[in-house]
Amino acid sequence: MRISVQEAAFDAGAELTAFSTGLTSQGAVVTFTGIVRNSPEGDLQAMEIEHYPGMTEASLREMAQKAMARFALGDVLVIHRYGRLAPDEVIMMVATAAPHRKAAFEAADFLMDYLKSRAPFWKREITDGGATWVASKDADEDALKRW
Amino acid sequence: MDVLYFAWVRERIGLPRERIETTAATVRELVAELVAREERYAVAFSDLAALRVAVDQELRDFDAPLAGVREVAFFPPMTGG
Repeated sequence: MRISVQEAAFDAGAELTAFSTGLTSQGAVVTFTGIVRNSPEGDLQAMEIEHYPGMTEASLREMAQKAMARFALGDVLVIHRYGRLAPDEVIMMVATAAPHRKAAFEAADFLMDYLKSRAPFWKREITDGGATWVASKDADEDALKRW
Repeated sequence: MDVLYFAWVRERIGLPRERIETTAATVRELVAELVAREERYAVAFSDLAALRVAVDQELRDFDAPLAGVREVAFFPPMTGG
């Protein structure tokens, strides 16, 4: 299991290769990669991500441990960036490894639902019109009820 | 104890963290003390339903007790991912 909260950019492809190498008895790897989406007007200058050092790492580790146990995973990877990101940059990725695909897909879905609403990150969009904190969505909170 | 603020809560209060001596028994009492201090706290804490709280880096509710607590953080709902 690896958890990384970092400012630096990372190569999601290289991370996937490293994660998939050396797994034993794991037939399925699922990854999710989050990317900074431009505004509909195309005027997003940057996405700023703030977090709570200490609590962020601990909460991600707890989520990953829950996923490992619940879905009987072979391994989990969570990388999440903070700081100032440009449109199209990779924000974060989750990878799950399991003996079969269903558990790997479900675990990635579970992790993303929790990460959206329970990991202490806050996004702010900087556009030509100014800076706006991204509001949480009721749908994201509702998504947790599935689990 | 150390009190931390994140995102727009930090912006409204005007600082990321401060040391507060308090006898408040719960988070709710601590909020009431802060609100009584200055207008900027009253503005930041005007709608508790829009806020989340962590006590010693664990998500809790506003009735959480503060005895022995070292760190309380206030912030809006998280927007990770």
